[in-house]
Amino acid sequence: MPAVKSLEELKRLKEEALEKRKAQATTGRAQITVGMGTCGIAAGARDTMKAILDVIEDARLSDIIVTQTGCIGLCEWEPIVEVVVGQTPKVIYGKVSPKIARQIMQEHVEGGKVLAEYLIPA
Amino acid sequence: MREITLHLLDIAQNSVSAAARNIEISVEEDLHTDRLKAVVQDDGRGMDEDLLERVVDPFVTSRTTRKVGLGIPLLKAAAEACNGGLWITSRPGQGTRLEVAFQRSHIDRMPLGDLAGTMLTLVVAYPHIHWTFQYRGDGAEFIFDDEPIKRELEDIPFTEPSILAFIRELLEEGIAGVQHAIALVEASPSPMPVVGAL
Repeated sequence: MPAVKSLEELKRLKEEALEKRKAQATTGRAQITVGMGTCGIAAGARDTMKAILDVIEDARLSDIIVTQTGCIGLCEWEPIVEVVVGQTPKVIYGKVSPKIARQIMQEHVEGGKVLAEYLIPA
Repeated sequence: MREITLHLLDIAQNSVSAAARNIEISVEEDLHTDRLKAVVQDDGRGMDEDLLERVVDPFVTSRTTRKVGLGIPLLKAAAEACNGGLWITSRPGQGTRLEVAFQRSHIDRMPLGDLAGTMLTLVVAYPHIHWTFQYRGDGAEFIFDDEPIKRELEDIPFTEPSILAFIRELLEEGIAGVQHAIALVEASPSPMPVVGAL
């Protein structure tokens, strides 16, 4: 088995992250929840979540919480992604493909603009 | 669902819903016995015999007390169609162990799929759970345990971009290593006798 990416490297990354935190003093920028019940997974929620994580990595977005939830009873709208940015109310998007997820990350999470065309109609 | 790993993700969600604190997922590809086996084991609240029966086959009993999904019955049917099977052992208050096995070379066996991506989403989404992943194949082995990483990171979250990249690469490289070893064995001349030789 190859030697694990070293703990030394992890230590260094941690120190850098701590430094960045001190500099920015940020407080929980955004919380993103991906529906990951059987319905969500079957509809492609894993790849949607992977796309969200890819954007966090590529655009270097700190202070974002990404979590999963089970079926919320809107199976036909899966993959469903809930977004809460700062103190703003929760926004629920439906049929979120990886491509749409990237758009949500860039325009809503980073830019603060809700993408009306992907909202689940009330 | 088109991949074994999507089913494992689904089963792991059940473990999360069962309030597990420790979840272990292991996948093993054995070319000599021609088996592909996966196990998800948790220390969640477990199931009594009645619920266990309904989880595996929701159509034979009336379900009134709670909702039971189709994820497990579908996986069981897929495994059985490939000379394999699905077995669950569970005890209330102690946890659940689910094992699924396929004939690895079976024409209908669904692909394993994105193992690294599946593990990454679970580790990131549920940081309060202690995750262990094992992937084995013909002598090669990759073990991922998030405990030492969490201990080192303290309160830095896995979604910090550099940490996310670290974990993603760790998983991808580890899994690719095992898959490389499997591919090498597969590429070597088969030790199996030729059936129906001239």
